[in-house]
Amino acid sequence: MHFFPFLAAFLLALRLNKAIKFTALRAKWRWPLWGIAALAIGGFILCDDNFEDRVSCIIAAAYLLGTIEYLKRQDDFKSFSILLTAHLPLVAAALINGLAELFVKNFYNNYGSFFVSAEVAAFVWIFIRVATSKKQQQVIKRISERKDELEAMVAARTAELTNQRNALEETVKELKATQAQLIQQEKLASLGELTAGIAHEIQNPLNFVNNFSEVSMELIDEMEAEIAKGDMEEANAIAADIKQNLEKIRHHGKRADGIVKGMLQHSRASSNVKEPTNLNTIADEYFRLAYHGLRAKDKSFNAELVSNFDEHLPLVNMVSQDVGRVLLNMFTNAFYAVHQKQKTIGGDFKPRVEVSTKSVPALPSGGKAGVEIIVRDNGTGIPDAIKDKIMQPFFTTKPAGEGTGLGLSLSYDIIVKAHKGTININSKEGEGSEFIITLPVN
Amino acid sequence: MKILVVDDEEDVQPLFLQRFRKEIRNNEVELDFAHSGEEALEYLKEKHSEVVLILSDINMPGMSGIELLGHIREDFPTPPPPVVMMVTAYGDEENYKQAMEKGANDFLTKPLDFNLLKEKLKTISE
Repeated sequence: MHFFPFLAAFLLALRLNKAIKFTALRAKWRWPLWGIAALAIGGFILCDDNFEDRVSCIIAAAYLLGTIEYLKRQDDFKSFSILLTAHLPLVAAALINGLAELFVKNFYNNYGSFFVSAEVAAFVWIFIRVATSKKQQQVIKRISERKDELEAMVAARTAELTNQRNALEETVKELKATQAQLIQQEKLASLGELTAGIAHEIQNPLNFVNNFSEVSMELIDEMEAEIAKGDMEEANAIAADIKQNLEKIRHHGKRADGIVKGMLQHSRASSNVKEPTNLNTIADEYFRLAYHGLRAKDKSFNAELVSNFDEHLPLVNMVSQDVGRVLLNMFTNAFYAVHQKQKTIGGDFKPRVEVSTKSVPALPSGGKAGVEIIVRDNGTGIPDAIKDKIMQPFFTTKPAGEGTGLGLSLSYDIIVKAHKGTININSKEGEGSEFIITLPVN
Repeated sequence: MKILVVDDEEDVQPLFLQRFRKEIRNNEVELDFAHSGEEALEYLKEKHSEVVLILSDINMPGMSGIELLGHIREDFPTPPPPVVMMVTAYGDEENYKQAMEKGANDFLTKPLDFNLLKEKLKTISE
């Protein structure tokens, strides 16, 4: 049976030709494949006319094997290796058929139909194999299509995420700018609160400067009169007074000077340079400024100001305008709290705000030497419900437009983050609050 | 004429003493000072009958000038009650109204015009 191998070779050539019809391989392989097909037809006719079946079988098997092996060695047909290999059983079947017919003729005559059946089965096998491999290829193709689809989806999603990330980065940048603006606004707001206090604090020393210089001029006239009269004792007494007045003028001039400097420092952007600073001076200055600030806004307000400063307080290494801002905030809050209470219960309530400083040899946090500042008031106190919210940015109990809600949150940043200190709060609603700030000396 | 000056600013004392130098020398005026409302009340317990005029600042820590005024009018009504002049840096309506309601005789604003004050003293002593 040499028919099947030749037919298989012929069909193989046709199939390959069809497969490469729309590819670049067509130009190179079109004619060689037609040649294989033509040779298969030619071989079949030649064998059929001239040779016995047993020789033809071997020739056909050899031709098919040759074709397969030749094609297998071509890189161009690598992807067809399953198809090519599927022909090998047919080669084997045809070869065995031919050899059996040639050498064991009797056996072949008895069982020839088995050999033919084997060949037919091998032939059919090619088609089954090709069909299954086609199915496999289809599955592979479907998978690769799905893969492309997924990859496209991933790419789209990645692009989307990148866009979102860029948008978020932009938003964060905007938020940072807004935050910086808000901090500046908070500074300006507290400066606004201070302005009236500052005006009052400057007005007082200025009055003294004016008054003492005026009175000194009068005293000089009097002194000249006394000298003319010859009463040198009185003239000397007046001279002593004048000297004292000039000292007073200088003292009050410096006082005003210090207040203006403090105000400039307060509004200026923080330099972030830590310097050894006397906390008592700053606390005292801002204590009075905060008080007069509130007083200027509401004339009916009055409070007892108590300060207990530790004379031996060590200098604290700090950014003085920042810590000053914190103290100002604490004082303003304390005065606000006692004022609110005064407004609600009025009558016999005696508003009282107290500031004390004290040296601490070993801070509970870290054990280093430090200082403690306590701002205590007998005002409204902080309700338990909002105790854990008061440090949050933008949280305020004041009516809209009156507080930025940034005071305590900025204070926290300045004391805890920038100065490694602590802020503790003791408060009882209706009885008052106590803010305890600790700062390490170094 | 005894005058009590109430102000928390310490330097008010030398200022008044010098401004009234001639008057003090001529024994026309005698000045006493208190640095808070509380101190002023303590002082008045002893000497309210001697004091003719009280000049009080309004803005003071602790007892304010207005409160002090209230106490003076309540505690020392015996005729003749002292003349009380309120002095303040905040010369606004509200303060003025409060002071007048509580029975102040006059209302002066800082910086004090001493010549004006002396004129007023003359009318009191006459």
